[in-house]
Amino acid sequence: MNQKKLLNRLFAYTAAILCYLMPAIGYTAGGSNVPLLNAQVNLDNQAAIQHGAKYFVNYCMGCHAAEYIRYQLLENTGLTSQQIKDNLIFDNGKVSDLMKTALPQQDAVTWFSGPVPDLTLTARIRGGADWIYTYLKGFYTDPGRPLGANNTLYPNVGMPNVLWSLEGIKSPVYRYQVKHQGVLEREFTDEATAVAYVEQQGSEYKLEKVVDHLVVTQPGSLSEAEFDQVARDISAFLDYIAEPMKQERQQLGWWVLLFLSVFSTLAYFMKKAWWEDIH
Amino acid sequence: MPEEGVNLQKRRFLTTTTAVVGAVGAGFAAVPFIANWQPSQRARAAGAPEEADISGLAAGGLLRVKWRGKVCWIVRRTPQQVSELQALDSQLADPNSLASRQPVYCTNPHRSIKPDYFVAIGICTHLGCSPTFRPEVGPADLGADWQGGFYCPCHGSKFDMAGRVYAGVPAPTNLEIPPHRYLSDDVILIGTDGGDA
Amino acid sequence: MSLINWVDRRFPATKVWNEHLAEYYAPKNFNFWYFFGSLALLVLVNQIVTGVWLAMAYKPSAAEAFASVEYIMRDMDYGWLIRYLHSTGASAFFVVVYLHMFRGLIYGSYREPRELVWIIGLVIYLIMMATAFFGYLLPWGQMSYWGAQVIVNLFAAVPFVGEDLSVWIRGDYVISDATLNRFFALHFLLPFVLAALVFIHIVALHKVGSNNPDGIEIKQNKDEQGIPKDGIRFHPYYTVKDTVGVGVFLIFFTAVVFFWPDVGGLFLEAPNFEPANPLKTPEHIAPVWYFTPFYAMLRAIPPMFGSQFPGVLVMFASILILFALPWLDRSPVKSIRYKGGIFKFAITLFAISFVILGYLGMIPSTRVILGLEASFWAQIFTGLYFLFFILMPWYSRLNQAQPVPERVTA
Repeated sequence: MNQKKLLNRLFAYTAAILCYLMPAIGYTAGGSNVPLLNAQVNLDNQAAIQHGAKYFVNYCMGCHAAEYIRYQLLENTGLTSQQIKDNLIFDNGKVSDLMKTALPQQDAVTWFSGPVPDLTLTARIRGGADWIYTYLKGFYTDPGRPLGANNTLYPNVGMPNVLWSLEGIKSPVYRYQVKHQGVLEREFTDEATAVAYVEQQGSEYKLEKVVDHLVVTQPGSLSEAEFDQVARDISAFLDYIAEPMKQERQQLGWWVLLFLSVFSTLAYFMKKAWWEDIH
Repeated sequence: MPEEGVNLQKRRFLTTTTAVVGAVGAGFAAVPFIANWQPSQRARAAGAPEEADISGLAAGGLLRVKWRGKVCWIVRRTPQQVSELQALDSQLADPNSLASRQPVYCTNPHRSIKPDYFVAIGICTHLGCSPTFRPEVGPADLGADWQGGFYCPCHGSKFDMAGRVYAGVPAPTNLEIPPHRYLSDDVILIGTDGGDA
Repeated sequence: MSLINWVDRRFPATKVWNEHLAEYYAPKNFNFWYFFGSLALLVLVNQIVTGVWLAMAYKPSAAEAFASVEYIMRDMDYGWLIRYLHSTGASAFFVVVYLHMFRGLIYGSYREPRELVWIIGLVIYLIMMATAFFGYLLPWGQMSYWGAQVIVNLFAAVPFVGEDLSVWIRGDYVISDATLNRFFALHFLLPFVLAALVFIHIVALHKVGSNNPDGIEIKQNKDEQGIPKDGIRFHPYYTVKDTVGVGVFLIFFTAVVFFWPDVGGLFLEAPNFEPANPLKTPEHIAPVWYFTPFYAMLRAIPPMFGSQFPGVLVMFASILILFALPWLDRSPVKSIRYKGGIFKFAITLFAISFVILGYLGMIPSTRVILGLEASFWAQIFTGLYFLFFILMPWYSRLNQAQPVPERVTA
């Protein structure tokens, strides 16, 4: 038992140290009004959910938990309990175990300046898989951040880009917005021109740096299309676990509605038959 | 008062049909509420069959395993203990386990799948205490006739090395044997025997 | 039927059945609006049954509450269904009750001799709001926590005793385990109080008899046997009619339960899927939709003398003023059908104001609409809400009422 705990801890520490060692080059930035990308999640695609689960246990569960579900939930996506045991559980656990993280909460608070959220319900908190997909694709290097990474969708997020080895390293290309009393006046792509413009206009004009887009500066092990698929599959998995009963719910719903339509129709004719003598 | 021309037959037919359909619907609506009382996934996970590794169990030794919150014993009997079982039959209340609870494959003289390994739920069939394992022969407190077995400290019930209850003690039946099977020579799975039992 | 005789000698079973169902004569011209009373009772039963089932697995402690809800949703057979029935039922309860109250408003069902029916109904409404408020804390999500924080802090605005009062309500200096546990106890208790009040509501109604869309007293026009000419037996006529209503209502209700339980964040708010975190306030806190009209009125009133108390007073006044309604309406007729244009206009304006206030209570008060901040619009519509009542003694008399027929119309 103790040995198991120690192993869990070691695993968590390794994950966290890897996060620290992430290469970091780039500029600071702020502001987020990013339109969400379409994750094209299809919950009938069991293979996508299975792939997402694999990436989730490998890349996310070092720090994040999904502690309201059990591994055996994935049996509903077509995996056998042996497959789950072999591919998704690293620490001799049972398929009926909750998907808890190996990372102790206290360490999380120290390393990431706050608790690491559980991800079971993220898709419901964020209103769907698109947010997750956009977030996963929104990381860029930012040496101004403690862990060297920032995110276009979630500025100054405490989480490092754990998928960097797959995605590669992305750097931001900025846009420079000149604002006068909070209202956008002009935009520049070149910093020097923008600074000169603001100096010329006077102190009422403020310069703001906004991420325009990201460019890959060091490719990862996957192509862009392959990485997009990985991000989609993780999003699909998280969307699925947020409400695993969704499909059952809808299927049952059709039967209920069918029954109630029959009942209401009968009741309507019954009412008519009784009310025949009321004028 | 129904007026002339009111179709009473239609009324009765529709009322009965609607009532029957409504009752069927109420029956279906009750299903989730009844099913909700079944053991949850958590309870089922906790009550799942338990694997026991018996490779380290020495002859004459006992291993305790918890299954569904109850203690289960795995005893590795010595050949001598096995051979002596039959001699006790006359002193026992239910020597052939006819009134006791055990799977079919354990309804045999040694009450086990393999003669040397005995698996039982370690709860006295009298009032639920856990009997003590007393393998020694002829100890002072249990008398010279004692051939080894289990002794319940609460009310003095005595069981032999196959969990069979002695005659004249409070416990009515032999110790219960849980469903179990061998996954390999060294691993017993307690809680299921692979069948539907 | 000797068994019934045996019972009747000891308990007035047949008498109650006759007085309240088989020989209770209800006006024969009930329309669509008259479904909502029986539907409210149906939803109350749904809430009690599903609620009791949820309580069997729910843990009212700060450490376990959130996880126990997810446990119900995921680990228990059909737990998700029972929970969605309860969460959807809470909103459905307010939908049918608001429609039921609006029915009373348009047909003058609060007027003499039904003042007590109206007042008991308002008490039911108040207890319902309290029950919903206590229940909303139980999932222990971010909205649960911060919503309760904001509402309990309203009591802190009461002069002199406010601080002590809010601490007393919470049993702590913040919303905490102690608050959750007592809210759970009250949330469990109050529905049974509601059931008792519903009983009293019906007893009072059956004493005076039901109103109807024409606002005519059917008891003033009886036949030789003393039966109202425009009355029909509640059972079977209205029991079969209400059965149709129940069927149609359940189609809408289950459609939401099975296909859209969040209703885009109206019935289940997204931040509430995040466990309560006393260190992090959500960006935007709004009560559930059925409280937002009152919340909008609260926010519409700016702090005076550095105190939120005036806003709190206005909010409570907006509900309490409903109690005065039977005595504010001086119109010679009850039903909207025979009231004049002024009254029809006033009631329309009132209904629109209430809905708009409901919307304004959901959005940040600083949002700009048609060039003006939401809080400005909230002030306008709060004013209209109150003017509906305050000016009623005047405009209801001014009203050019039409002649009321002697018998009910189809």
